[in-house]
Amino acid sequence: MSDIKSRPIWGRIRPVAHAARHFVCCEGSSAARHVAETFSPNAEALKQVTILYGNTDRNEEAGHTLDALGAEASLHYPTRQTLLISFKAHLKRLHMGAQIYLCGPEAFLNEATAIAESHGVLKEAVQTELCGANARRVQCVHCKGLIENVAYTPIACEHCGVNLMVRDHYSRRLGAFMGVCVDAEAPGDLPARESF
Amino acid sequence: MAGESFLVRVTHADPVTTSVKRLRMQAIDGKTLPPASAGSHIILTLKTPNRLLKNAYSLLPSSLDGGTYEVAVLRTEDSRGGSTFVHDALSEGSELTISTPVNLFPINRRARHHVLVAGGIGITPIAAMAEELFRDNRSFELHYCIRNEPNGAFLKDLQARYGERVHLYHSDIGERFGVAKALPQQRIDTHLYVCGPEGMIGAVLNDASALGWLQENLHAERFLSPGGGDPFDVVLRRSDIEVTVGEHESLLEAIERVGVDAPHLCRGGACGQCRCSVVEKDGIIQHRDHYLTQEEREAGDAIMTCVSRLKGQRLELDL
Amino acid sequence: MSLSTIEVDDVRHEFNSETFRDDYTFSNSPEAIARFPFPFDRDEYMYAVNIEQHMPGPPKSATEFPIDIDEHYVAEMADRARVLKEDPLRCQSLPHMLMAEWDLLDLLMTSMARDYPRWFSLERDGRKWHWINRPLGIEQRFVFGDPTTLPQGPMEYVTRQCQGDFCLLDQRDNNLWLDAGIVTSQADWSLDFDLGMNFIEWHGPVPLAHNMNIFDRALKFLMNLQQGRPVRRLNWTMTVNPRLDTSPENYHRWGIDRTTVTPENVGDKVHLRVELQALWRLPRSNAIVFSIRCYLIKMGELVTQPKWARRIHRVLRDLPPELAEYKGLTNYRAATLEWLSQYDDGAPTSPGFYPD
Ligand code: HEM
Ligand code: FES
Repeated sequence: MSDIKSRPIWGRIRPVAHAARHFVCCEGSSAARHVAETFSPNAEALKQVTILYGNTDRNEEAGHTLDALGAEASLHYPTRQTLLISFKAHLKRLHMGAQIYLCGPEAFLNEATAIAESHGVLKEAVQTELCGANARRVQCVHCKGLIENVAYTPIACEHCGVNLMVRDHYSRRLGAFMGVCVDAEAPGDLPARESF
Repeated sequence: MAGESFLVRVTHADPVTTSVKRLRMQAIDGKTLPPASAGSHIILTLKTPNRLLKNAYSLLPSSLDGGTYEVAVLRTEDSRGGSTFVHDALSEGSELTISTPVNLFPINRRARHHVLVAGGIGITPIAAMAEELFRDNRSFELHYCIRNEPNGAFLKDLQARYGERVHLYHSDIGERFGVAKALPQQRIDTHLYVCGPEGMIGAVLNDASALGWLQENLHAERFLSPGGGDPFDVVLRRSDIEVTVGEHESLLEAIERVGVDAPHLCRGGACGQCRCSVVEKDGIIQHRDHYLTQEEREAGDAIMTCVSRLKGQRLELDL
Repeated sequence: MSLSTIEVDDVRHEFNSETFRDDYTFSNSPEAIARFPFPFDRDEYMYAVNIEQHMPGPPKSATEFPIDIDEHYVAEMADRARVLKEDPLRCQSLPHMLMAEWDLLDLLMTSMARDYPRWFSLERDGRKWHWINRPLGIEQRFVFGDPTTLPQGPMEYVTRQCQGDFCLLDQRDNNLWLDAGIVTSQADWSLDFDLGMNFIEWHGPVPLAHNMNIFDRALKFLMNLQQGRPVRRLNWTMTVNPRLDTSPENYHRWGIDRTTVTPENVGDKVHLRVELQALWRLPRSNAIVFSIRCYLIKMGELVTQPKWARRIHRVLRDLPPELAEYKGLTNYRAATLEWLSQYDDGAPTSPGFYPD
């Protein structure tokens, strides 16, 4: 693993005792189960918890475990896009003292943390945990196109076709890793594929 | 690392309340005082009868063009007599030396709402912030804790200019500013700034933390710690020279003053060029650099001459 | 507003007519070679916190004035305009940086007019400013602080008229944040990608230096940077062809140039690229401006100074492999060394940057 310092280091979600509100946004069934486990011992806090769940792998049961927590609100969405639209709408209404928890696959965390940041939320107010695939969100530095769920490197840019190496250099503003031409100095000569 | 300094003349000196005096200053050495960002302070060099004092004061609102600085000084019974000197000895026409502004209490420009809290004379940087936010058409509110109205410096001006945004708390009738009561439901991109008596700052920060506000959203006034310290003697062994390092100069400056060409580059404790071997010392080195490792500091056989000093009488260097 | 052509013609001939792309007609006059900011004061190179006070250097040197304008000015500004036309994302500023932009405009206009009165003039009447740029034929009256009175934002307006890339750094949360900049002649890094990062993040890709604590020290130092006390440092890399725009955005176009070097064309094709970087604390915004002034010199021009020729041969030969790889020298280092070796007789070199 490279030690590029911009690469995000995800943590563990832990309910913060003195937060005035808790706001959870999670994607995928393994994330949903993990959120349920983490919050269920905190029954008292649950009155102040809002949960948004992206049911992207069509797992109703995991959704029910979340509902069963008895949070103030537990809302389900069919896709990442719909989940994040709701996330933005809720962010606009949050107040100081709120703690945000994000849990899901890498590419979801990439995008959701960038959204939080663009709404003026400091990264310290956001807890994160990786739960699911390592596939990344990538920006092609040449055409600026964003590519979702990139599982390996090198990869051809789906927008401009340039063969990209995915670097560990990461932008929190864009919520994406950098993809840069891999064969500029030896056209067509691609290194072996590596998965993340 | 000291900034530039300016020679200034006091052009106005007037009482703001019975215990607060305002000074306006203008450069007299052909320079123009640069503009300053809200929250900045300057260091006034005060030649009191007993000794040279360097006191930090926050700047009142400054114009975009610069040109003049204003400070407001409360008369206190401080041990060193700086404020008494300002009140009794400085008047229109007085000349003194000031530093360039330094800002360790800046506005967070990414915030979308700003809560300003001042207690007493703590209003000076807070008033500068209010003015800057007002000028830039930003969202803010100002909470001002005073003993009573005649005691509230600049109160009338603030109310006239910022209207409803100003909230008052009179301590003589038991009113207190409390975060929970005054600031329920602040939007998530809010930052809070507080300046006033130490006890008040502590209380506001604690209250806010208890309500789940993050440290990163909370700001209290800080001043630059004065660069100097107690004088001590330094012996340069190879040059065979002895010199006293004064309380307002650095070790490197003292060495240069006696004509020894000591290595240096950044003059700010970062580059490592000025590192010097210590041959002998009768005290503890106050390491103020970012260069030496913890082990090197503890070993005590090296010193960065641009920023660090000896707490003791005599330091012998391999120089 | 434009100046009459007569006034412009008066000074235009003082600048080179040259290109940094396509036919690459860029070159340095003997005077420009003599003042080249050669970055090596010894025969080897490694990263260090090489920060010093930005004090005026000797007359005619690159550091005589805080902002250096030289014979390449007009051509560089034309190249910048072309880059911006093709890719507006090379100039970006987050909304909270507007005050810092004005500070930058003040710093640049004031320095340029003071130090190069033949070419630039600035009259200030309160907030009403009047700027004249003779080499580019520009005249502008505007209200300082009112962006609607300029054709572009203040940063873009002034830096389209000043050599060098510029970054504006906001200081908060014990760090510096790259929140605005104009970057059209960079050594392979992307402003669009790095915008909004902090000091440690945007330096992420640099090898070795993090573990040498170079960035922690430099950051602590810069957070204490004070008004009126600017500092500078030199950085360097190599570029094939005198191309200013060696951006990652266009790397898939220019990267191939690195494979075109042969021992026969080194003298003309391979360039040392030096960045004179300076940092100022800005008064109204408390931000810091970081200027990256790029100087190019062909190997053929560089070896006209025997000391520099010997030294660069030794530096390149002994460069740590991580640095050579990071600077992208892999494909043409051997050919360059072979060519340079004819200028290195093994004689000792004197300490310091200046030629003998
Ligand atoms: C504060 C303003 C500064 C900015 C905006 C800046 C920006 C950058 C950028 C964008 C890179 C390229 C990183 C990449 O490969 O993507 C870089 C490289 C580097 N920077 Fe900075 N930098 C700054 C200050 C400094 C300072 C004060 C130092 C002092 C030690 C420094 C040392 C370096 C070094 C050693 C490299 C590697 C250069 C090479 O080998 O070509 N930088 N910088
Ligand atoms: S001069 Fe740089 S550390 Fe002292």
